Amino acid sequence: MSRVDIKKHFAPIQREAARQTEEKKTDGIPTIYIVMSTCGLASGAAETKQAFEEALSLKSIEARIVPVGCLGHCYAEPLVVIDHPTSGLPPICYHQVSAARAQVLVRSYLEKGDPVFKYVLGATEENDLIPALMDFPRFNLEQRLVMEQCGRIDPNDIYQYVAEGGYGGLVKALGSAPEEVIAEIETSGLRGRGGAGFPAGRKWRLARAAGPDEKIVICNADEGDPGAYMDRTILESNPHQLLEGLAICAYAIGANQAHVYVRAEYPLAVKTIQKAIKSGEQLSLLGSSILGTSFNLEVMVFQGSGAFVCGEETALIHSIEGKRGMPQHRPPYPVEKGLWGRPTVVNNVKTLSCLPSIINRGAEWFRSIGTEESPGTAIFSVVGNVNHPGLVEIAMGTSLRTLIFDVCGGIPKKKSFKAVQIGGPSGGCLPESFLDTPIDFDSLTEAGAMMGSGGMVVMDENSCMVDVSRYFLDFTQKESCGKCTFCRIGTRHLLNILDRITKGEGREKDLGLLETLSEDIKSGSLCGLGKTAPNPVLTSLKYFLDEYEAHVREKRCPALKCRALTAFYIDLEKCARGCDVCVGCCPVEAIFTTTGRKKAVDQELCVKCGECMVVCPPEYDAVEKVSPPELAPIIERSPEKK
Amino acid sequence: MLKADCVDGACMTTPELDGEERAMVEEITAMLPHFEKSRGNLIPILQSIQEKHAYLSGAAMEMVAEHLSISPSEVYGVATFYNQFRFHPPGKHQFKVCLGTACHVAGGDIILENFERKLGIKDGDTTPDREYSIERVACVGCCALAPVAVIDDTVEGHIQPSRVEGIFVQFQVEREREEREKAERESGE
Repeated sequence: MSRVDIKKHFAPIQREAARQTEEKKTDGIPTIYIVMSTCGLASGAAETKQAFEEALSLKSIEARIVPVGCLGHCYAEPLVVIDHPTSGLPPICYHQVSAARAQVLVRSYLEKGDPVFKYVLGATEENDLIPALMDFPRFNLEQRLVMEQCGRIDPNDIYQYVAEGGYGGLVKALGSAPEEVIAEIETSGLRGRGGAGFPAGRKWRLARAAGPDEKIVICNADEGDPGAYMDRTILESNPHQLLEGLAICAYAIGANQAHVYVRAEYPLAVKTIQKAIKSGEQLSLLGSSILGTSFNLEVMVFQGSGAFVCGEETALIHSIEGKRGMPQHRPPYPVEKGLWGRPTVVNNVKTLSCLPSIINRGAEWFRSIGTEESPGTAIFSVVGNVNHPGLVEIAMGTSLRTLIFDVCGGIPKKKSFKAVQIGGPSGGCLPESFLDTPIDFDSLTEAGAMMGSGGMVVMDENSCMVDVSRYFLDFTQKESCGKCTFCRIGTRHLLNILDRITKGEGREKDLGLLETLSEDIKSGSLCGLGKTAPNPVLTSLKYFLDEYEAHVREKRCPALKCRALTAFYIDLEKCARGCDVCVGCCPVEAIFTTTGRKKAVDQELCVKCGECMVVCPPEYDAVEKVSPPELAPIIERSPEKK
Repeated sequence: MLKADCVDGACMTTPELDGEERAMVEEITAMLPHFEKSRGNLIPILQSIQEKHAYLSGAAMEMVAEHLSISPSEVYGVATFYNQFRFHPPGKHQFKVCLGTACHVAGGDIILENFERKLGIKDGDTTPDREYSIERVACVGCCALAPVAVIDDTVEGHIQPSRVEGIFVQFQVEREREEREKAERESGE
C-alpha cells in the first residue's frame, strides 16, 4: 500500500482532531485541567475536582473540567492549570489546590478575573505579567521527550493526542519498509530503558530474522522497583504514545500480537491503557488492517500479579504463560524463542514511548540529545530528602549534582547530602564524591550503581547506609524466586548478617563475610535479580565503611537511625512544667511525669517511634536522640506512680 | 493443604461449607465457563476470583485446577508465587502500608508497627472479628508523598504515627453512628 493511501486513511482523524482543538480555542469557555493520576488523587485531586464542580454550578459559570495525567511535579500536587481565554492571561498553573483553594479560584479568577497570585506556580507560556514555568530550574533544566505531553493532554481522548502530532510516526513507519524502520532505530542508537541498556534496534533485527513465525511484542510495564513510578505515569498520562510505539515496533519486526504487561497494583494505569486500546481500535489505528493496510495488531493487557523477578524478560514470559515467573537459561533468547515458543521482543514502556518521536523527527535529531553512547533522555523518579521530588526527564550526560541540587532543589532543612541510591534494589549508593558523574548507562555502571529502572532516592545525613542496605536485601531476599541456590540462600544470609549489625550484635569478621558472600551471589545467580542483589551492600561497604565499623565496633549508629542502637530521652533542663504534649502522643504510654513535674521516658516501654520528638514544641525542643542507647540518662518512675 | 483450611495445625480434608463459602463456590462455578481452558488463563482466572471474593479459598483453587485440567498443587504453586494473591479472607477495612524505598527512609516501618500494635496482629493477618487487616506493600508509586498508607481504597500521604490513632477513631465514630442509626430505625418501625 502506498504512502498516499495511508495518509488518506489518516486524514479524517487528523481533521476531526483539529476541529475539536479549534472549537475549544474559539468558544471562549475556560478550561480547568486537573492532574488526576495516582499521586494527584493521593493528594486529594478528587476532592478538588468536586469542589470545582460545586463552585461552578453554584455560580452558574460554564467551564470545562479536563482530568489530565501527571506533570511530574509531585511536590506541588494537586496541580491545576486554568486556561481562561477571555481574561487575557495565559494558562496558569496553580499548586497545592485543595478543595478550599478551588472555591477561591472559581470565585476570584473565573468570576471576577483576579488570578489569585499567591497560589500561582507559574504560567505555561512566556508573557509579561506572570513568571513562566520555564523560568524555573525545575522546568528549564529538564528536557522532555517521552513525557512531553504528560499532564497536558487528556489521556482518555485520542483526538488530543492526534492533535499534538500523535500517530504521525506510525503513519510514517507504515509508509516505509520494516527494514527501513529498524535501520532508523539502529542509527538513532536507542538503548533499552528497562535498565540494562541493550540496543533496541539490534534486538529487533534479531527478532525479525528469527524464522517465519509471527512475532510477538511485549511491553514491560511491570515496574517492581520500590521507588520508581515513571512507567505508571506514562501509562496513566499518555497511553497512546506507548501504543503508537508498540505498533511501530510490531510493524518493524513483523508481529501481529502485542501484550502490555502491567502491574495489577496500578488499577488506574490498567484502566487507562484498556480504554486507549479500545479507542485506537475504533479509529483503526490498532486492531485489524491498520489504516487500511494489511498490517494487523491485536493488543492485549496482562495484569502482573506482583513479583519483582517478573521484570526479567524470561520470567515475565513464563508469567503470561500462566506459570510461576521464574527466569530461565539464555540462550535461547526470547527474540528466537519467547512467548508460546514464538520470537518475542520485550521492550520497556519508556523505550517504546521514545519511538514515535524518533520516527517523526529522525534518528539524527535523537542522537543530538544526550551522549554519544547513550543518546536521548533519562527519566528518574527523584524522591527522598529533596525539596522538589517527582519525575524528572533530563538529557543523558547531565551530572547527578545538576539533577539533585539544581533541578530538584537540593536537600531540605539545611541538612547535608550523604548519598544517592540509584537503580533500586539492583543499584548502588553513591557518596558525595560521585556527584559530578554524568548520568548515562556506562558511567553509572562504572561507578558501581546502575541506571536500573530509574528510581533515585536522595539521602541526607540522617539516613543510615547499613539500614538502607538491609532494607534492599530484605526486599530482594523476599523477591528471590528460589531457583538459584546462591540467590535464595545467599541473600538470606546477607540479610541475617545485616540484621545482626543493625541490632548491635555484629561481629568483627562480618564485614569480610559480607564482601565474599556478595561476590559469590553475583557469580552464582542466573538472572539480573541475583546478579545485582548484592550491589547495595557492596557499594555501601566501599564508600561508607566507617558506618559499618561504627555499628560493629562501637555499637553506635552515626545517623541515629537503627532503632536498636538509639534511645530517646527528655532533657530536664529544657522541658517545661505543665506541657503534656508528648504524654498525649506516645502510643505506648512510655512518657511519665517526674517528681519535678517534668517528663521522662521509660526506656523499657519506649518503642522509639520518635513521635515525641516531632510534637515537642520548638521553644522547648527538649527531646534528644542518642546512640549508643546507654548515653540516655535513666530516670526511674516514682514507685507509687508505677 | 492450605492454611485457610487448617485448624490448630491439623488440616480438615473437606470442611463443612458455610453459607458464605457455598455462595462463593456457586459463583465460581458460574464464572469458570467464560474462560477458555488454556493454561495462559490461570492467572487471569485467579485474579478475577480474588477481585470478586477478596481471597482464594482452597475449594476455589481446586475448582480452577479441575477447569484447566491441571493439578491443584500446580495452581497453589502459581498462586503462592505471586504477592497479589491472598489465602485468608481480609478484614472489612484494609490497611496497606507502603514500605517502598522512599517510605522506608521516611519511617514507613514505624507506621506499620503502629498499626500492628494497635490491632495486636502482624502484617498479613486479619483481626479475629474480621474487621481489620494489615498488609505491607512494596510500593504504591506515590513516593513523593512518603510515608504512604492505603486505607481501604484511599491513598494517604505524609502519614504520621499519631495519624494511625486518628484513623481508628474515625472508623469507630462511623461504626457507632451506623449502630445508632440502625437502632433508631428499628425503634421507629
